[in-house]
Amino acid sequence: MTTTLNAPATGTGQVPRTGHLRALESESIHILREVAGQFEKPVILFSGGKDSVLVLHLARKAFHPAPLPFTLLHVDTGHNFPEVLAYRDKVVAEGGFRLTVAKVQDWIDDGRLAERPDGTRNPLQTVPLVDTIVAEQYDAVIGGARRDEEKARAKERIFSLRDAFGGWDPRRQRPELWGLYNGRHAPGEHVRVFPLSNWTELDVWNYIEAEGIELPDIYYAHQREVFRRNGMWLTAGEWGGPRENETPELRWMRYRTVGDMSCTGAVDSQAATVAEVITEIIGTRITERGATRADDKLSEASMEDRKREGYF
Amino acid sequence: MSETLTTTPDLGADADTAAEAFGPSARAAERGLLRFATAGSVDDGKSTLVGRLLHDSKSVLSDQLDAVEKASDARGLESPDLSLLVDGLRAEREQGITIDVAYRYFATPTRTFILADTPGHVQYTRNTVTGASTADLVVILVDARTGVVSQTRRHAAVAALVGVPHLLLAVNKIDLVDFDEAVFDRIAADFDVYCRDLGIGEVTAIPVSALHGDNIVTRSDRIPWYRGPSILEHLEQVDLEHPEAESQGLRFPVQYVIRPRSAEHPDYRGYAGRVAAGVVRPGDRVVVLPEGRTTTVTGIDTADGALDSATVGDSVTLLLADDVDISRGDLLAAVTDAPETVSSFTATVTQLAEKGLRPGMRALLRYGTVSAPVIVQDIAHLLDIDALTPQPAPDALSLNDVAQVELRLARPLPVEDFRPGGAVGSLLVIDPADGTTLAVGMVGDRRAALRPHAGSRRVVQKDGTVTDGSDTSSAPAADGRCRPAADPVDPTPLAVAATATDSDSFPTPGP
Repeated sequence: MTTTLNAPATGTGQVPRTGHLRALESESIHILREVAGQFEKPVILFSGGKDSVLVLHLARKAFHPAPLPFTLLHVDTGHNFPEVLAYRDKVVAEGGFRLTVAKVQDWIDDGRLAERPDGTRNPLQTVPLVDTIVAEQYDAVIGGARRDEEKARAKERIFSLRDAFGGWDPRRQRPELWGLYNGRHAPGEHVRVFPLSNWTELDVWNYIEAEGIELPDIYYAHQREVFRRNGMWLTAGEWGGPRENETPELRWMRYRTVGDMSCTGAVDSQAATVAEVITEIIGTRITERGATRADDKLSEASMEDRKREGYF
Repeated sequence: MSETLTTTPDLGADADTAAEAFGPSARAAERGLLRFATAGSVDDGKSTLVGRLLHDSKSVLSDQLDAVEKASDARGLESPDLSLLVDGLRAEREQGITIDVAYRYFATPTRTFILADTPGHVQYTRNTVTGASTADLVVILVDARTGVVSQTRRHAAVAALVGVPHLLLAVNKIDLVDFDEAVFDRIAADFDVYCRDLGIGEVTAIPVSALHGDNIVTRSDRIPWYRGPSILEHLEQVDLEHPEAESQGLRFPVQYVIRPRSAEHPDYRGYAGRVAAGVVRPGDRVVVLPEGRTTTVTGIDTADGALDSATVGDSVTLLLADDVDISRGDLLAAVTDAPETVSSFTATVTQLAEKGLRPGMRALLRYGTVSAPVIVQDIAHLLDIDALTPQPAPDALSLNDVAQVELRLARPLPVEDFRPGGAVGSLLVIDPADGTTLAVGMVGDRRAALRPHAGSRRVVQKDGTVTDGSDTSSAPAADGRCRPAADPVDPTPLAVAATATDSDSFPTPGP
């Protein structure tokens, strides 16, 4: 039902020694080293999406040639793109990383979570995430969120203190000055760390091109059977689509973000290489989340509200 | 802060031209990254200016504008309120104020920008400090009808305090004073006098109307007597060279020791960190502080291979000739220009939390990669940052206070005076109980460091020319309206103590 092209060959060499991308890389590496220096048990949230792939890439650079001082955690909604899960497992196997998977399905099966009527599981990730942080005693949780994604995230600190419930209180944020990151926290609290805070979607892609980083191939144009719902092109799957009145059609598509299948939309695209993706992003009129995330459109403050509940 | 633009943004057309305007070269905006902050009091039009800057530079995409239109409509507004673009939190939108610093990103063909959008409402000092701490430039707004007010001076003073090299004065609402050149001249002169006292390296004043877009992105033909750059043009042109940073001695705070212990790298021992000052090259002699042993840099390693040199801002791993005991918190410094280790020092701090610093208080110091117990020995005086004059010290600091304090260390450390950019000499004072950042600070007597101004100054004139303002006396402008800062009352500067005698008496803190 789904045809994907081979992931394009990328890699034009390394980032130049000076300039914007190098400055961003240096800052992110500094942040990741601060995490290793300040925390006992940090973990990287790794979904196989481009931002978490980039975080992992930068983390490997930060500690080269030593092994990564972090393990990986994936909160699996059960509605993931199979291509992305295959990519995730390949990266983990090749890198020799340790991956913990928290499956939303397990929480549903034993009654700790209830399936939502609309079938989307993205909001259900929060409980397994926070439960796993508590159970594994992670004290720093590194994520790939960027401030340019969304206006509530524009207010996010690089080191963001969370309470025992994983909750974010924007009024309790610590001011962050110069390059000084305060990771102190009380027992039970943890810190979310966002090394890509100052990167934009375009920076991420320019860096992926410069570094030749491989991504799941659904980021590149391919023919895909999709149907229309709430202004999004969604892929059919076990999560509950298409419904009777929704007609699948074959289109050239790619994904700008990768999340739960029930709420992540594909965009019309012919961009089959990194360079073409970059050209497409430069010309776009729609933001990344605006184009592809149904759950951000629920209300003006949906991201803020989810973050308050412990969402990453 | 919730100002509404009277001119409705033409959503479709603007978005259409986005790619043409900035697209192709947004990829290669390698003129460098400019970090800037905005400051202004309530109702000066700061949110409107930021919204206008983002909107007119085609940095707002259509779904964001759709969201603003919908939200504005839901509030019964007749036209989109661009402040909703930047006020991201529920409480901010409900109250129509900006609560917290937010960071925004945009690019033009020549440069990429990170904007720290700081609230001008309450608690302005700590927010301005936060926004300005990483800024190369601060945009300060004034209302043309009121001119330079106390808040304007506070914002300029805070910018000077943290060492921001460039100030841009946006004289807003110039349309409401009939584009009067004399009004602009007077405000610019007032501001210039104050900035001269502060020792700000470069000052530019631009007449603007944020509401109508005059001189924000494009130059306005409604202000023919002004021939200088628009705000965006100025942001694109500002010179970001910091040659002095590289001519200083190396400062390399060690963040993390890299020891693979693998078959491939059995003996690899590298010291990871980010260069805070100076340049490092293989062969350089360095001293390990606070311990004091010297060794030689044998290599600069990165994941992309070895480097011939690394400079300020570079995250690298240094390899050393000797097997010295070095860990996180140590400092590698140039042998020829190393800082002294001190057991107490003066700092200019801004109180950020409700729990105020008070003499005798035990806290944690964050300085570079150092985390160390510290005692607040003394509050020397408060700083009136309007006039930069010292005021009597209180029993404890209150939120937003700027004060000079003396901190005593448990063990001697290479703490040295603050340098603009904050990679050297910046610190946090942390509550060891819950980790709250109580205060932030800059080592040294910043007030004394600010003036008299010694370096050269650049002043961008309204005809677009640049003059050297360094040799001008601080006499009031001809119309007598300017308010030069009060005569400096010289508090006895607390020199950085270079003794290490009382370190043993410091009790070991609990775990």
